[in-house]
Amino acid sequence: MPTTLPKTDVVVIGLGAVGGVAVLPLVTSGAKVVGLEAGGWLTTRDFAPDELRNNSRNWPQSVQKANNEIPTVRAEPGAPTSRARRHPMMNAVGGTSMHYWAQSWRLNPWDFKTVSETRRRYGASRIPADSTVQDWPFGYEELEPYYDRVEYAIGVSGQAGNINGRLDRRGNTFEGPRSREFPMPPLRKSPFTELMSDGARSLGWKPFPGPAAINSEVYQDRPGCVYHGFCSRGGCHVEAKNSTAVTTIPKALESGDLTVVTYARVTRIVTDDAGRATGVEYVRGTTHYFQPADAVLLGTYTYENTRVLLLSKSPAFPDGLSNNAGQVGKHYFTHNHGSWVSALFDKDLRNWYGLPAQGVAIDEWADDNFDHAGLDFIGGANLWVHTDRRPMAAARIGTFGQAPTWGSQWKAFLMKNADRTNGCYIQATTLPYEGNYLDLDPEVNDPFGLPVTRITARYRDNEKRIAAFARAKMEQWYREAGAVQVIASDLPNAMGVSTHAYGGTRMGDDSETNVVDRWGLSHEVPNLGILGASVMGTSGARNPTLTAQALAWRTAERLAEKWSTIVG
Amino acid sequence: MDDCNDKPARRFIGQSRRDLLKSAGLVGIATAGSSATASTAEAAQSAALAGAGPREALETLTALESQTLEAIVDRILPSDENGPGAKEARAAHYIDRSLAADHAANRDEYAIGLSVLNESALKMEGKPFHLLPADQQDSMLTNVSTDEIEGFMPSGSAFFRMVRDHMIEGVFSDPYYGGNRNFVGWDLLGYPGIRLGATEREVELGVALEPTHQSAYDHVTFTKAGNGGR
Repeated sequence: MPTTLPKTDVVVIGLGAVGGVAVLPLVTSGAKVVGLEAGGWLTTRDFAPDELRNNSRNWPQSVQKANNEIPTVRAEPGAPTSRARRHPMMNAVGGTSMHYWAQSWRLNPWDFKTVSETRRRYGASRIPADSTVQDWPFGYEELEPYYDRVEYAIGVSGQAGNINGRLDRRGNTFEGPRSREFPMPPLRKSPFTELMSDGARSLGWKPFPGPAAINSEVYQDRPGCVYHGFCSRGGCHVEAKNSTAVTTIPKALESGDLTVVTYARVTRIVTDDAGRATGVEYVRGTTHYFQPADAVLLGTYTYENTRVLLLSKSPAFPDGLSNNAGQVGKHYFTHNHGSWVSALFDKDLRNWYGLPAQGVAIDEWADDNFDHAGLDFIGGANLWVHTDRRPMAAARIGTFGQAPTWGSQWKAFLMKNADRTNGCYIQATTLPYEGNYLDLDPEVNDPFGLPVTRITARYRDNEKRIAAFARAKMEQWYREAGAVQVIASDLPNAMGVSTHAYGGTRMGDDSETNVVDRWGLSHEVPNLGILGASVMGTSGARNPTLTAQALAWRTAERLAEKWSTIVG
Repeated sequence: MDDCNDKPARRFIGQSRRDLLKSAGLVGIATAGSSATASTAEAAQSAALAGAGPREALETLTALESQTLEAIVDRILPSDENGPGAKEARAAHYIDRSLAADHAANRDEYAIGLSVLNESALKMEGKPFHLLPADQQDSMLTNVSTDEIEGFMPSGSAFFRMVRDHMIEGVFSDPYYGGNRNFVGWDLLGYPGIRLGATEREVELGVALEPTHQSAYDHVTFTKAGNGGR
């Protein structure tokens, strides 16, 4: 029997990007909160610029829970599964917001209204027949105040393109209206971002710097970015990257109402006969605990959100918690990265001291920002080039057919071209489909003997067509900027494990097709909220974290505001 | 064609002066240290084989495995007219250590693969792999990488890819881990080195920036003794 702890108001499972944000509005409302985190605290001393340790060895000093639970992947039922050896999700206070790339985009308004806008502009037949996509239960304007709150709470740098309808061509004119400027100006330019911006302008496109949860100047007493170059999968040694571990979590701790429990591995959410959540069971070391609570917020990563629910079976929920409608794990998709495009230039790009969030974006070919009347797909891709480069990664570049991959000629190629390549990062619309889903793997277990998540998903025609379209645009951009060679890879068939994974607990008004309601609270378990991109029903063409954080803030605030109704 | 053609040579000149001094020092130490048990000639031979000084334990590999691996990585990233390569970077030493740590799961693949390669060399050419001339080593490695030699675990091409990948770690990772000796790998790429921050002016300088030649762990902030951070 687990040791039963004193009851708390709210228990939050996972103190990463979303759980770490949700705790702040909760304690502000006066709630007593216990945050359960599988990892421990890391400090600036742990954030050495060490590519081998951080990028190859996956942070050996960090708790490797997520790394031991990597989902298996298959393209479709009956196909054999494969499993990645490593996955970069971080178990620590702050979670993956410690070492992510920190691009902090808002979705564009179209992403909330994909179905109705496509019908209105092109007709219902343009929505792929096997897609389960729905409009979000609300539009961009509903989420705007929460985007704003998170941007100012953690600190986001960027250039606004639309403030209350007033367009500014220095920013993204396709974005939804903002109520005010970013808290900080964008990260600085570099020789490479200038080169690519010039190329874009000569094509008649509108380049702009992307938004980043990285300080471009002093913010909340933490310094601006020092551009030392180990930001990808690296934590920040000066705390300029605005993870929840240096922003919302410390602020929530100041209230005295947040208790952080480190090294806590949650095994299940417990419910009573009436189907209400009563608390959470977890293991710390070898000791089992039960943390009773009036409300539970599940804020792990997409794969773990589904897994925790499916593992939390009870008489009221024989197929897994909040799964009596059979929707947990459904409407799953990862971000269509539109295949990789790499370019070779004939001069050094001077990218050794850059970062993934210091770059240039093009939004002309994203969402419905261009006319799809003569095209055979809906959605599109945001094009993004960035300045990140590290030595081991530089040595792993392809040789563009100019040299073999070993021997003296390879060495000469590396010596000449190590700073002359750039690999781009396309993010494209991905839709949910029948037949793409998450469940528990019947054969593969984690070290605790619990089944890992199994992904069954493949890209469909709409994604493949966007990929081909975006790849051509990307190549055009690189060449205009002076690239002498451009190569691209095809989109794979199976959707592999991803750091941009969506769905499994989708948000919507219809309880037959969605797990959580418009507030992020379970349709079936009124005192259970679910946080993360697992509630998102569309991907957008840009990084999901800020949207997941805005939704988490909104769910936490709703729980606090309707406390007496929800908790009873 | 452009300014890049003379760059490798320029780097080598800057590099080799430093290397010459350092390797001369190392050879001196090695000779003195082993004089009680080995002749000066033998010590010099070991030093020449190891490339940058023999004071290295073999933590996982046997002596013969180590010689075979040294020879392989020397062909993948050769020491040549463009300057030092994997041998001088001590990539094989890095791999030996990593097989006791992060790559422990690959130990059997090395045992099988290195022995298959060496036995093939003995059978076909009558000499162990590391004593073959470079062109014969190259042609054997080509056969390994195209699966024309059997017996590898799981295949010759997979073995070759693994060794190449681990060699890249050994040449281009932080020297703390036992490779990238004298910053050979970072200089080869023109990477100006670990900095705790870079100004716009430093970014603009690009390859003209003076290399720092520091490990991340030369910065007290990241060492056990450091108290620079929270």
